[in-house]
Amino acid sequence: MSKHLYNYILGIADNNLILGQRLGELCGHGATLETDIAITNISLDLLGQVRSFYQYAAQIADDGRSEDDIAMLRPEREYLNVLLVEQPNTDFGYVLARQFLFDAYHYLFLRELQSSKDETLVAIAKKSIKEVSYHLRFSSDWIKRLGDGTEESHERIQNAIDDLWTFTDELFHQTKADKAMIEEGIGVNNLKLKEIYYSNVSEVLKEATLVVPESKYFQKGGKEGIHTEHMGYILAELQYMQRTYPNMTW
Amino acid sequence: MKKEWPLWEVFVRSKNGLEHRHFGSLHAADADMALENARDVYTRRNEGVSIWVVESKHITASNPEHNGELFEPAQDKVYRHPTFYDLPDEIKHM
Repeated sequence: MSKHLYNYILGIADNNLILGQRLGELCGHGATLETDIAITNISLDLLGQVRSFYQYAAQIADDGRSEDDIAMLRPEREYLNVLLVEQPNTDFGYVLARQFLFDAYHYLFLRELQSSKDETLVAIAKKSIKEVSYHLRFSSDWIKRLGDGTEESHERIQNAIDDLWTFTDELFHQTKADKAMIEEGIGVNNLKLKEIYYSNVSEVLKEATLVVPESKYFQKGGKEGIHTEHMGYILAELQYMQRTYPNMTW
Repeated sequence: MKKEWPLWEVFVRSKNGLEHRHFGSLHAADADMALENARDVYTRRNEGVSIWVVESKHITASNPEHNGELFEPAQDKVYRHPTFYDLPDEIKHM
């Protein structure tokens, strides 16, 4: 099996899984009935995409593990998602800021992944990008609404953007798997997306009358399996059923 | 300032060629948000190809108290239905 390809796929899939789980926590707790359904839809979109990735990863690993085993039964250090997606649902502003900062990247990433040399990844990217275009539209709209809404909504969304900004740089870091896959024409050269990402994000923030953070201090680690303190709690909930009742299905 | 978002009525066309039908209502701050919410609330199971939204306050409804004068006179006028024609057998769908 190609260890690099396997890790590369997990790097993509784990972002979706952990963000999907985070959004899933909000099911039934949304700000309004309409946003509750919208956010749960996004969560389901992400989890739907993730299945294709884990199925592919299972096929490459070829060690008897199923897509579910790979998704549910790894220890924390083996999850390769970026730190951004594991940040908590502090308030509606944080949920939308996290979503927007991720969607803006996710969209650019999938757009490029469509020209990968790996046919399976191309197929998943083509299927996913329509959903992600909508996610980006939804979260961008909300950033603008909250930004030029009331004094309180403006302040809260600005705080959330300022706080989460520190996790954006990691999106463009390259692991060994990234480098190997870029070399082979399979992976997306994410470093090349950095400029357009920050320019797209800044444009929306400006339209939302928000200040684009200037901080140059960034957090990293998720892509190497070193996570923030929130990750353990997410996995505890995510893995509870399979750990308590191994191999259970329903 | 009012805290509640206004109510919107949602009309969805389920297939090209069919008319938009009333699907339900929802709350939204403005028309754009109403469309997005309608997409999420009413078309996530592939129900539609087109959505209309209109703020509920723009709909003028008949008053149920006037149902007598509005609708009852039509009840005993069967001759307004074209049911007294002999149709040729060849015509199947009338």
